[in-house]
Amino acid sequence: MTHVTPQRLKEMRQEHAARISEPNIRHLFICGGTGCHATGSLKVKDALHEEIAKHGLKDSVRIVETGCNGFCALGPLMVVHPDNVFYQKMTRDDVAEIVSEHLVNNNPIERLMYKDPQSKKRVPLFSDIPFFALQKPWTLRNKGIINPESIEDYIGRDGYMGLSKVLREMQPSDIIDEMKVAGIRGRGGAGFPTGMKWSFAAQNDSDTKYVLCNADEGDPGAFMDRSILEADPHAVLEGMTIAARAINATEGYIYCRSEYPLAIKRVQIAIDQAREMGLLGENIMGTGFSFDIFIYQGAGAFVCGEETALMRSIEGKRGMPIPRPPFPAAQGLWKKPTVLNNVETLANVAQIMVNGGKWYSSVGTENSKGTKVFALSGDVNNIGLVEVPMGTSLRTIVYDIGGGIPKKRKLKAVQLGGPSGGCIPEEHMDVVVDYEEIAKVGAIMGSGGVIVMDDKTCMVDMARFFLEFIQEESCGKCTPCREGTRRQLEILERICEGHGKPEDISLIKELSEMITSSALCGLGQTASNPVLSVLRHFREEFEAHIFEKKCPAKRCPALVEFKVIDERCKKCGKCASVCPVGAVEWKKKEVAKINTELCVQCMSCYSACPFDAID
Amino acid sequence: MSCCSEEISQEMWKEVDSVIERHRDTPGALITVLREAQNVVGWFPQVLIEYIAKGMNIPASDVFGVVSFYSLFSLKPKGRNSIKVCTGTACYVKGAREVIGRISGEFGIAEGETTEDRRFDLEGVRCVGACGLAPAMVVDGDVHGDVTADSVLKILEKYS
Ligand SMILES: Cc1cc2nc3c(=O)[nH]c(=O)nc-3n(C[C@H](O)[C@H](O)[C@H](O)COP(=O)(O)O)c2cc1C
Ligand code: FES
Ligand code: FES
Repeated sequence: MTHVTPQRLKEMRQEHAARISEPNIRHLFICGGTGCHATGSLKVKDALHEEIAKHGLKDSVRIVETGCNGFCALGPLMVVHPDNVFYQKMTRDDVAEIVSEHLVNNNPIERLMYKDPQSKKRVPLFSDIPFFALQKPWTLRNKGIINPESIEDYIGRDGYMGLSKVLREMQPSDIIDEMKVAGIRGRGGAGFPTGMKWSFAAQNDSDTKYVLCNADEGDPGAFMDRSILEADPHAVLEGMTIAARAINATEGYIYCRSEYPLAIKRVQIAIDQAREMGLLGENIMGTGFSFDIFIYQGAGAFVCGEETALMRSIEGKRGMPIPRPPFPAAQGLWKKPTVLNNVETLANVAQIMVNGGKWYSSVGTENSKGTKVFALSGDVNNIGLVEVPMGTSLRTIVYDIGGGIPKKRKLKAVQLGGPSGGCIPEEHMDVVVDYEEIAKVGAIMGSGGVIVMDDKTCMVDMARFFLEFIQEESCGKCTPCREGTRRQLEILERICEGHGKPEDISLIKELSEMITSSALCGLGQTASNPVLSVLRHFREEFEAHIFEKKCPAKRCPALVEFKVIDERCKKCGKCASVCPVGAVEWKKKEVAKINTELCVQCMSCYSACPFDAID
Repeated sequence: MSCCSEEISQEMWKEVDSVIERHRDTPGALITVLREAQNVVGWFPQVLIEYIAKGMNIPASDVFGVVSFYSLFSLKPKGRNSIKVCTGTACYVKGAREVIGRISGEFGIAEGETTEDRRFDLEGVRCVGACGLAPAMVVDGDVHGDVTADSVLKILEKYS
């Protein structure tokens, strides 16, 4: 193996820059993330190759399959460079026109461009789309513009410059100091300062130390780690290697969910490439420093995202947490000093080394520095990945970047932080993203899942949903978590089924206090957060379920009886055609009627009615 | 080579042997071995658990403990096609419950069950990381996005 030299790295960077800015060459960046694969981007890509060959454009057009571009709901999507044109929801059938009209005749195709949900106007230029224009892509700086399976593409974007600098110009303690100046906090949920974590592990002497990357991404509604691994795997490898240098580790593992096959494939390719160039493995860049990385596939258990459980899992055991101390910095994997960081945290490290900690901390709030990636989903127009400076308000994320709520509905709440988080109601939308500020309104930053819920959502049902999740995922080792959350779930199920009792609210609170203070690990300690936040902000909804036996949002089947509002019914018959049990009686030109005896409360008619005539 | 069993063919045993062979000396490899063995056999009949325990030199009760802990591993035979409907938060908010309801109704199976003809098994899984396409469903590894209680049966027609 020949080691790549710093000089060679620089040359490669320039070659790539020249390649991308060659005049007369167009680059088509087509998304190859999981979302776009699912909507058919590979077929579109193949068709593009064929059509381009047919028109003899092979020398003037390059197709680059990138990782997730971030705007998944509009896939398959593509950005044409240097024209700065963004195409969405392409199909095979559009390809001939794209090539002949746009690439040959220079007439971009309007009907495939982004349509603003409010103004209904097409937005021709990629850089004018608010979803992208209002973001600050630091962690996601390479998404949509590099081929994640090409190390050259990564190097062309300053890749491995951070590692090169660290190995030649910095002492391990300098690296840690730089991280402290940056002020970056862990993006996996708890927000622990990364520089501090590394300094603890660096202090402990041992011939073997580990650096682990947490790619378990258990929070439902979060997919930023997946996207980073799929779009920019080398950034994570480089971050881990720099961390290894800082604490003097020899080996690293990426603990990745087996549900993420594309991420696993691309990370493995990246590892092989880095080893090949001497950027990983023995004697990295000829400096005498050695470190290697392996992938460990998880087997599906939410609790394995918890650090001590994750380490047990890599050891081949049941992923059960153990009490701390000793902390992993002293006794982690195989009882050796270990640093565990989240994917997103690690993806920031190389840039901090290149640009300096001061650069990083120039953005953000007093106590939360830099940018944060959010996975925006649920009842919002622009679904996808959003990276904003810390200090941005939730309102900006949901309305300006997210484009507001579809179908003119009203926002009810935003769920933040997954099963350990909480729901933030409309009146607190001006809260800014900052670890402490978000905690003040009863949620947590968590890993960054932002789930927008409109007024059709029942908050009591959501509380039940999260408890069901926790109950299923509790590892069962400690009693408060195993039994306590079960009792809580039973109470909530009872309330949703219409058998709630007045004393239930205080019972839930009492159980919450008990579980939070006595559970063994973070899973149990935070299990009650979603319920408590719903109780805090939506107490009247709880009370409606318990005292009036009503579900105001009409989500709890046992508490709703559907009927047709005669004045609104336009006699179209849609409700009758979707009802799976024939409970809707309808004749042409007549108002529909619902037979409550037959109705199974499946909601089909309610969702299908275009005129809101079913209540 | 080991013994015989109805569920596991001679060929499968051979492959399981090579899986064990490859990882026997790696500390912590049990989960990897189980994952690869399940890829060969499809699920874990008791003989397989005992066989792997012996091969890896780990008590069978520990192996069973691991198999039953992780949701990836199955102690029951599976259907030919696996339907995994995402029940993560984004998908739940967007109607995953109705999608599962429709599949259950059509094929007469609840979550965690397999149809009698072994055509499908149905599982609710937590966030498959395609929340942008919620509600999402994974059939035999293919991700389908924006599924509805109405469109889901059409998608499933293609899997026999
Ligand atoms: C029940 C539970 C599940 C967790 N799941 C994850 C996860 O999926 N991904 C993650 O990065 N961190 C997860 N964490 C947090 C980790 O334990 C750990 O704090 C984090 O990975 C450290 O990295 P960071 O400092 O870079 O954030 C979880 C914690 C708990 C208590
Ligand atoms: S997968 Fe294409 S934009 Fe996310
Ligand atoms: S919640 Fe279903 S894919 Fe994320």
